[in-house]
Amino acid sequence: MPKLLFDNIDEPGLNTLEVYRRRGGYESLKQALAMSREDLLASIMDSNIRGRGGAGFPAGRKISFLPKGEMQKYLVCNADESEPGTFKDRELMQKSPHMLIEGMMIAAYAGNISKSFIFIRGEYQLQADILEAAIAEAAAAGLIGENVAGSGVSISLVLHRGAGAYICGEETGLLDALEGKRGNPRLKPPFPAIEGLYNGPTLINNVETLATLPAIVKMSGAEYARLGVENSTGTKLVSISGDVKRPGNYEIELGIPSREIIYGLAGGPPSGKPVKFWFPGGSSSPVLTGDDLDLGYDFDTMAKAGTMLGSGAIIVADESRRVLDTMLKVAKFYAHESCGKCVPCREGTNWTHKMVQRIYTGQATPMDLDIMASVQTQIIGNCLCVLGDAMAMPIGSMVQKFRPELEGEIEAARQRNFGNEADDVVAMGVADELAGPLPVH
Amino acid sequence: MTASVPRFAHGSRVPGWDDAVDLTKDPATIPDPATTPVPEQLRRDIEAAMAKYPDRRSAAIPALHAAQAIHGWCSPEAIDQAACVMQLTPAYLNAVATFYDMFETTPRPIHHDVYVCTNISCSLLGGDEMLDALIGAAGGDESIHVRSFECLGACDIAPMASIDGEFVGPLIEEDAAKIVQDIRAGRPVLESKQLRFRRCVDDDSDPGQAPSAPPQEFVAPTDAPRADTVGLSSADRAEDRPGPSAAIETTPETPAEPEE
Repeated sequence: MPKLLFDNIDEPGLNTLEVYRRRGGYESLKQALAMSREDLLASIMDSNIRGRGGAGFPAGRKISFLPKGEMQKYLVCNADESEPGTFKDRELMQKSPHMLIEGMMIAAYAGNISKSFIFIRGEYQLQADILEAAIAEAAAAGLIGENVAGSGVSISLVLHRGAGAYICGEETGLLDALEGKRGNPRLKPPFPAIEGLYNGPTLINNVETLATLPAIVKMSGAEYARLGVENSTGTKLVSISGDVKRPGNYEIELGIPSREIIYGLAGGPPSGKPVKFWFPGGSSSPVLTGDDLDLGYDFDTMAKAGTMLGSGAIIVADESRRVLDTMLKVAKFYAHESCGKCVPCREGTNWTHKMVQRIYTGQATPMDLDIMASVQTQIIGNCLCVLGDAMAMPIGSMVQKFRPELEGEIEAARQRNFGNEADDVVAMGVADELAGPLPVH
Repeated sequence: MTASVPRFAHGSRVPGWDDAVDLTKDPATIPDPATTPVPEQLRRDIEAAMAKYPDRRSAAIPALHAAQAIHGWCSPEAIDQAACVMQLTPAYLNAVATFYDMFETTPRPIHHDVYVCTNISCSLLGGDEMLDALIGAAGGDESIHVRSFECLGACDIAPMASIDGEFVGPLIEEDAAKIVQDIRAGRPVLESKQLRFRRCVDDDSDPGQAPSAPPQEFVAPTDAPRADTVGLSSADRAEDRPGPSAAIETTPETPAEPEE
């Protein structure tokens, strides 16, 4: 399997310019700067690479949406990797920061952009420190700043640390956070390509997408497009965690069977039990079951199966796990992270959280599952961003696929708590302390 | 999100919700530099952050990080100092501070942060039990703030925790006491389980299980060109920095499209 991003990733000192250069680093940047912007963009378009952050939008087309002409345009690298289960960008930035910097310089040149930013989540302190040192080193070598690599092009680069908010991974929320505001998503249109950071045209890409650009330039877009399958070209970093023997990041060629990732690379559940359910693309993607393991791991196959590739984060749960526990974690996470700007998301995530808690306390009835499903349909598509959808889709899929089990949980909890006062139920400790006392009816 | 803020799951009737505001008090304005003493280091940090961006407000998050490091939490004093340097109202910075999880908005001494991930992957492998163990090990010590946190992006070492930014895992319950001891002794926390030494599982070039070499340190020469403020002509740098609300200026070569 070809490795573009993870080729000898653990080489000592790869985070320094010297080692990165010895491996041919920054040659792609020189090659790109020698090309005309049109040729470079055409090569990126040929590669057909789709955004690696979650939405899967073709990266080349994103650059082509920027208005032409001389004006202040911005490039923002989205390194706010907070989708539960995702940790690919962390490893990439920690071990090969110059790959990202080189990719950003290439993207900035292709889009005729002179100011670029990396928005990294505040929790990634080690990675931010490494990136900061790498930026200083690259600037000292004349690879960032005025006259990049002797080409006459000027591109600045600033590292911006966030402070812990999932919503800042959403592109317009990220822009507001970068402008020093609360990270609330914005109304679209205008899309960031027309009016983004500081009201200027802005290109936003995920770390992995940008870090792939040097490889695309080096091997040419057409060659890159031969990797993977149609419409899902190239390689992808997959973060796999949960009930597997060898959790971690793997670079795969898109389109390989999911079973090969979960069982072949990661070794399957350590207990030897079969897989009960798995998230194919982070906690926002609808769950798949053990029957879906032979699906090809690419954008289109996942979409056809009613889920999504997302950020490429696979979370596996084996037969011994309760769906309800994961459901509570998902609902609680999105209720906590909802920014509160749009009513369907703010209320929908909170009420879903409360309804899942009611199952634990025995106050729920099977009808609650129908209400829960209806709440999800009322969130999807009715908000400025997809945070609400990101809760609605997995919760909806769990209710749909594991309804008999959930009904069993409801009945068991009802019998367990029959005759108990609500206060006693709270005292049993099932209530989530963060959400306050349980609703009393 | 703490016990001092009463919250009710079934409504918003937090005591005091219908008290009238104190109309005799003027709204807080930008703190006067003459009456707001700011520690020199904090001022320098915030000014350096502001210089990086086209709009000084972009430095709000770095400024609050710096102020919190000195005060332990985003106290009214910390907010006033940051607001004074940034020439913003305290209300603006308060709005920012209350949005983000890493900013403490309740009184707290200068402390060590222990974030324990309790999201899906970590909780499958015992993250919730780890949180309880760490809270128990810290034993109410105010200088060690243990809290549950959303996914920290290290599910490969689940269950994991972040101690002042250092990711450690996979943890077992016996590690809780060691972590607290290491924090108190001021030494690197649980060094054998630190993420920075972990090899990538996909690295098949070297089958040996030797730990990964830690990232090499690099010290930039002091006279090196800077990456943040360079890249633009000197004339461009000198000009007034427009805020996000400023209109986009179009150059004569690209006239604005005529309205139809």
